[in-house]
Amino acid sequence: MIHFDNISKRYPGGHDALSQISLRLEKGQMAFLTGHSGAGKSTLLKLIAMIERPTRGQIFLDGVNLNNISNRKIPFIRRNIGIIFQNHHLLYDRPVFDNVAMPLIIQGYRRQEIHKRVRAALNQVGLLSKEKADPITLSGGEQQRVGIARAIVHKPLLLLADEPTGNLDPELSREIMELFARFNQVGTTVLIASHDLELIKQIGSPMISLHGGRVSHNGLPFTLNGQGQK
Amino acid sequence: MRNSPKRSSRLRAYFSHHLRISLASLGRLYSQPVATLMTTAVIAIALALPVGLYIGLANIAQVSTGWDGSTQISLFLHTHVTESEAKKLQSKLEKHKDIKKVELIDKEKGLQQFKEISGFGDALRYLDTNPLPIVLVVHPRILSNQPDRTTKLVKDLGNNKLVEIAQLDVQWVKRLYTFIEIANRSIWVISSMLAIAVLLVIGNTIRLDIQNRREEIEVSKLIGASDAFIRRPFLYTGFWYGIIGGVLAWVITLLSLSMMENPIHKLALLYHSDFRLTGLGTDNTLLLILISCALGLTGSWIAVSRHLKDIEPS
Repeated sequence: MIHFDNISKRYPGGHDALSQISLRLEKGQMAFLTGHSGAGKSTLLKLIAMIERPTRGQIFLDGVNLNNISNRKIPFIRRNIGIIFQNHHLLYDRPVFDNVAMPLIIQGYRRQEIHKRVRAALNQVGLLSKEKADPITLSGGEQQRVGIARAIVHKPLLLLADEPTGNLDPELSREIMELFARFNQVGTTVLIASHDLELIKQIGSPMISLHGGRVSHNGLPFTLNGQGQK
Repeated sequence: MRNSPKRSSRLRAYFSHHLRISLASLGRLYSQPVATLMTTAVIAIALALPVGLYIGLANIAQVSTGWDGSTQISLFLHTHVTESEAKKLQSKLEKHKDIKKVELIDKEKGLQQFKEISGFGDALRYLDTNPLPIVLVVHPRILSNQPDRTTKLVKDLGNNKLVEIAQLDVQWVKRLYTFIEIANRSIWVISSMLAIAVLLVIGNTIRLDIQNRREEIEVSKLIGASDAFIRRPFLYTGFWYGIIGGVLAWVITLLSLSMMENPIHKLALLYHSDFRLTGLGTDNTLLLILISCALGLTGSWIAVSRHLKDIEPS
């Protein structure tokens, strides 16, 4: 699903965020990305979502070389991805339903289909009763779940989450992570950046550790060549 | 044709999306009535100004058509000339081979007209005697394309000892036409400048709108909205500004015209004319709204293409 081939990212000003990263996350896998802040977790996710472009190397997403994607085509790559942010990025000028419906409206779904899918997504995160609520009236955990519903409503192939539990207490954090595990069970590839090692251990998914922009530990069961390690 | 139902349903979804976006843009304007009214009023005034000038000129041009064909010579007689002397001169002149008709405006009638037209009627009351001379209006038989003959006639008439001044009225008609020509040009200049002003007003309003919706634009880009999708509501906003501004400009023009209609009709009656102020007409009204619409779209397009690029998710 995601294949990093010798990726380096240097930001303007000379800061090396990532150096020579090679990774391979297969379809349907779930993995955690860990490391201290500044280790390059966010940069790695941004490269996949094409928010940033690599300085060197190639990234393949579902077999497509992202270097060959022009800026105009970026939206169509992003439509295959669901992105979840630490600060949820919800729009407070519209109710929960409209927030979740955004990806479907962008992709031109019809009204009945939008209704069906939004309610299904809200049901999955346990917020069906809040569809008419204003996001600002929800708790932090609920807002994060609305963000997750928006990320999964269009059934993306890949789910990216950047510190999704950063502001939540341990109990809520575990609920959120279990939610991701459930999406993974139905076939979605999931990559979560998190520094909550305790929680990661509980979930038991493989872990990739970054340190100073390099991979310090790769717990993925497959090597660069796509062959089993074990 | 196997996939045609799917395509048609997609097309329907596309159109209903456009309809929804355009109505949402309109609703957004409606939800901020004061700001919307101010912006559209600026647009409307900027458009109504050249439109008003255009209507004024069109009317002047309409009134003055045919004036150059009916050249007149006004003979202002000496004040001591009596009415019977004037009448004698009138009948004498009417026998002249180059003269078609001579009109006599006696002192009373002259005073009457002067009172009605000039508005100095009250001032005239303080005079003991009527200061106006008898005027003979000579309609020559000659055509206006024979200026030499006309000039000679004017000179001959001016030499008559009863006549104080012989004035060829074609002179001021010519001046009027030159003036209309200049005014026409200046309308173009003024219109272009005001059109640029409208572009800037709409562009700036849309720029502020984009800044206010920065968060929404960022999120939309992150979840895969194309540039066209993000542009659309702003273009519709500009479109609505244009339409509303155009219609308001039309209303302003109508109101101004209706305010001027009565006095102008009165004036026309004084000239024994049935002249009525011509308004904008359906064609020109549609053209006005079309232009306004185009300005709205162009203004928002400029703003959108300049400022949407700056907003990228990070």
